[in-house]
Amino acid sequence: MAHGEITLSGYLTGFLLSAVLTAVPFYLVMSGVLGDKQVTAVVIMAFAVVQIVVHMIYFLHMNTSSEGGWTMMALIFTMVMVVIALTGSLWVMHHLNINMMPAHQMGAMQ
Amino acid sequence: MSINVNPAQTGQPLFYVLDEHAHPEGASTMLGFWIYLMSDCLIFAMLFATYGVLGGNYAAGPAPKDLFDLPLVAVNTSMLLLSSITYGFAMLAMQRTRIAATQVWLAVTGLFGLAFVGIELSEFRHMIHEGATPQRSAFLSSFFTLVGTHGLHVSFGIVWLVTLMTQVWRHGLIEANRRRLMCLSMFWHFLDVVWIGVFTFVYLLGMLR
Repeated sequence: MAHGEITLSGYLTGFLLSAVLTAVPFYLVMSGVLGDKQVTAVVIMAFAVVQIVVHMIYFLHMNTSSEGGWTMMALIFTMVMVVIALTGSLWVMHHLNINMMPAHQMGAMQ
Repeated sequence: MSINVNPAQTGQPLFYVLDEHAHPEGASTMLGFWIYLMSDCLIFAMLFATYGVLGGNYAAGPAPKDLFDLPLVAVNTSMLLLSSITYGFAMLAMQRTRIAATQVWLAVTGLFGLAFVGIELSEFRHMIHEGATPQRSAFLSSFFTLVGTHGLHVSFGIVWLVTLMTQVWRHGLIEANRRRLMCLSMFWHFLDVVWIGVFTFVYLLGMLR
């Protein structure tokens, strides 16, 4: 594989970790054991981030040395773009929503 | 081609070589394919951002709680995760040049992929049947665009998988086929990574809204 060594134990480790990291968030949301929705949301997002890293390492075989480090460079560049696009969109549009007054309120003020 | 540069000073002709140096076939395929995947990642990032912005605009229509069936999504998620591990087994068999085992694992992967697409389509059909069409609200437009784009990727992955199984059947595990299978491996695992984002941000967070 272009991205590091592939082994049976690597795939099985990745699979077991992914299964756990998938099952726990589903359980948390379906049972609502944490009570607070905000806390549950933060926890399941943390699980998603960890699972993405697990997939990157065990399934996509990412490391810093493959292809002379260029795959990692491309990944880091993409992640920066993704974070800017996601947080930027949510941030700007959230403020737009707050600052735009609904039409019926606008009429009531006149 | 080489160009004679400034022979006057030293008397010795100086050269720099403009010839293309040798590129072994397929040497840059993996890096190139990875960069394609990163561009695909940006497409999904835009669709996630769109869903993040519009996902709460129900237009007095159905909300995630009215539509999503989490046990079904859990089954679908496990289909994709199982297809990832079986593709891994296919790659391990390929490494040991076991053609039959490679083909069997590829076929199993394709069946899990088909199960995934089938469950997703039945979910879509159920939603549309209840009036939750893409035209109903901004939430549903962005939902169908994001999840549908992912489903389309998986569908094309299955077409690619069948194509490669035919290639392996006809030509065996030659170098070119190994390279193609590695590319599809990256594509397939990448789609599983995108699905982690989908089930977390769309389905699980949608139920918490």
